[in-house]
Amino acid sequence: MQFSHKKIETNATLLMVLSFMVVTIGGLVEIAPLFYLQNTIEKVEGMRPYTPLELAGRNIYIREGCYVCHSQMIRPFRDETERYGHYSLAAESMYDHPFQWGSKRTGPDLARVGEKYSDEWHRAHLANPRSVVPESIMPAYGFLETTDLNMKDAGEHLKANQWVGVPYSDDQIANAQADLVAQASVDGAEAMLARYPKAQARDYDGHPGRVTEMDALIAYLQMLGTLVDFSAYQAEANVR
Amino acid sequence: MGISSQLAQLGFFGLLAVFAITLSALAHDPAYAFHALIFSAAAMLVVAWKAKTFSFDGKAAAGLNRDEYMDGVVRAGTIATMFWAIAGLLVGVVIALQLAFPDLNFGLPWTSFGRLRPLHTSAVVFAFGGNALLCTSFYVVQRTCRARLALGNLAWFVFWGYQLFIVLAATGYLMGVTEGREYAEPEWYIDIWLTIVWVAYFLVFFGTILKRKEPHIYVANWFYLAFIVTIAMLHIFNNLSMPVSLLGSKSYSLFSGVQDALTQWWYGHNAVGFFLTAGFLGMMYYFVPKQAGRPVYSYRLSIVHFWSLIFLYIWAGPHHLHYTALPDWAQTLGMVFSIMLWMPSWGGMINGLMTLSGAWDKLRTDPILRMFVISIAFYGMSTFEGPVMAIKSVNSLSHYTDWTIGHVHSGALGWVGMVSFGALYYLVPKLWNKPSLYSLRLVNWHFWLATLGIVVYAATMWVSGIMQGLMWREYDANGFLVYSFAETVAAMHPYYILRAMGGAMYLSGALIMAYNLIRTVRGETRLEAPMGAVAIA
Repeated sequence: MQFSHKKIETNATLLMVLSFMVVTIGGLVEIAPLFYLQNTIEKVEGMRPYTPLELAGRNIYIREGCYVCHSQMIRPFRDETERYGHYSLAAESMYDHPFQWGSKRTGPDLARVGEKYSDEWHRAHLANPRSVVPESIMPAYGFLETTDLNMKDAGEHLKANQWVGVPYSDDQIANAQADLVAQASVDGAEAMLARYPKAQARDYDGHPGRVTEMDALIAYLQMLGTLVDFSAYQAEANVR
Repeated sequence: MGISSQLAQLGFFGLLAVFAITLSALAHDPAYAFHALIFSAAAMLVVAWKAKTFSFDGKAAAGLNRDEYMDGVVRAGTIATMFWAIAGLLVGVVIALQLAFPDLNFGLPWTSFGRLRPLHTSAVVFAFGGNALLCTSFYVVQRTCRARLALGNLAWFVFWGYQLFIVLAATGYLMGVTEGREYAEPEWYIDIWLTIVWVAYFLVFFGTILKRKEPHIYVANWFYLAFIVTIAMLHIFNNLSMPVSLLGSKSYSLFSGVQDALTQWWYGHNAVGFFLTAGFLGMMYYFVPKQAGRPVYSYRLSIVHFWSLIFLYIWAGPHHLHYTALPDWAQTLGMVFSIMLWMPSWGGMINGLMTLSGAWDKLRTDPILRMFVISIAFYGMSTFEGPVMAIKSVNSLSHYTDWTIGHVHSGALGWVGMVSFGALYYLVPKLWNKPSLYSLRLVNWHFWLATLGIVVYAATMWVSGIMQGLMWREYDANGFLVYSFAETVAAMHPYYILRAMGGAMYLSGALIMAYNLIRTVRGETRLEAPMGAVAIA
């Protein structure tokens, strides 16, 4: 029996259906397993959802398009792990909706930038990058310091994240607003710290009594890569 | 059209305008309010147009010939293509200069690189490329099916709906409305709007094929159809997200981390594979044989390369995630399929180039054909470079560097840009019923400016990208990293300037095209010596 392509190219519906079937296969084979394979859904000690302030900072990071120049994905090479720290684990972005691995390093990787520089350094750097790194070509983000953080729907943001699978408790959602303010304040953060282990609470932007976008972004940058304790992490434990 | 159905349409769009204004008043953030206002203004324009063209005797407007090809929408498409090409390229030159001279960011939110880069990529890929695909597919499907576009004025809805999508997306980027995933940046409500427009596009295109008078569906239409269907699938799945509020712009992606990453690059790579490749191959299969006056080289090759291309492309996404936290097996699959993809890609290139068999002499006298040929050559070049960069050991060097940027641009400027310019030069005189272009010599100027611009751009990015990758991993004799990151940034400075110059050359070529096409539409012809005339000694 001779196959003839004529059947397909004289029947529009057949052509469309066959084309559609052909283009679905690759995605199904590659993407579907990621939702149940152990090494892509494993939990690692120390990971927790973002605090409301960190989440707000992350949204500013996304809004300003930081991901077009900064990656958050350290590859397992000697030079990268020496420059940036332990290679990135899948679990470290498990609460990232969306992921921010990036594709370009016009600037350095930020996956573990947390706690490497002081808040003052970040403030100076964001306001005028060339004041601390003369070679830098980063835009200046001084306006963050003068813009109050929009906080009125912090709980709604957590709720949307809960809906897509981030395990925020009802307690965390109910207190989102208060936790957000508490984390950017000098004191009174005990309840927030109890809800978010390993979180850091302080006045990040040098303006006590005011919660700015600078507070949120620095809070986010200062926690990046700090959740997993790699002195206790055993990579082999996950090999199967 | 009956009076009652005209009234119903007026009422529908009027209600839509009121609804959008209400949304704007209730909005949680200014960007959403602004977008609702734009949407409302668009609906009001439709009302105004419907009222102006209202026909009280209930008959269709006079002079409408149901058998004629519908070319008004194609004409509009060529203008939009030209406009967005210049806009997208201009933003590209601006952000290239920002990398060389960071003070050009001006410290303002809406002029900083992070917001302008998505504007550049989307303007070039979706606005320029998208309009080129819309208008050529509408032109080609009518000619090759010998049928008027299906479903009445729906094609006009597709055209204007798509422009509205572009305006919403672009103004959104400037205001910081983004989902933060490359080439899929528009937020949830803009995605929903694009889905509606895209379904209408599919209906018009597929409906036209269904009512064709040719028994065979021409090969260009296979590629256009596969492009439309696949983009629908990719767009919908990659943009699944949860809005914080139906009255606000922000949403959170349904997937997270590694699943989100692969879904995104499954989308991202096939935005290249189907939007920027399959669709433009459809263009190649119509315009190259037409301009060369020769039939397509091989029917069999077109079948083989069509099915293998659309099957293999979908698998290549993971090569954007080599050595990341994506499982190894998925990376390797992505690499292997990327290398296999070289074959169908070159099958397409061979089919395009060999169509010139017996007509190569025309290259001397026809700069439009030259444009098509260089575009196919760049297609071959970048579809060879792509698989090389998808090899894991090469990728370990090239990833995160400007080599990737260079690769993308040899594909976008070389292949997508040049084949679109060739199609515009072919279409404009025909659509406006003019005997010829204003000037072939200006086409030649465009050709050389663009070609040299690409060469400068790509060569600069090769050198600087590889340099960057090597500097990052360079160790000294004592086992210490040699360069700080800041030193590698400083080393890029001269290359960023050169790259901006390459881009500016390409932009100036496009400006010459706009001038040439505008004078063509006005029916002028430049007095000039014919191309390729041999001087007699």
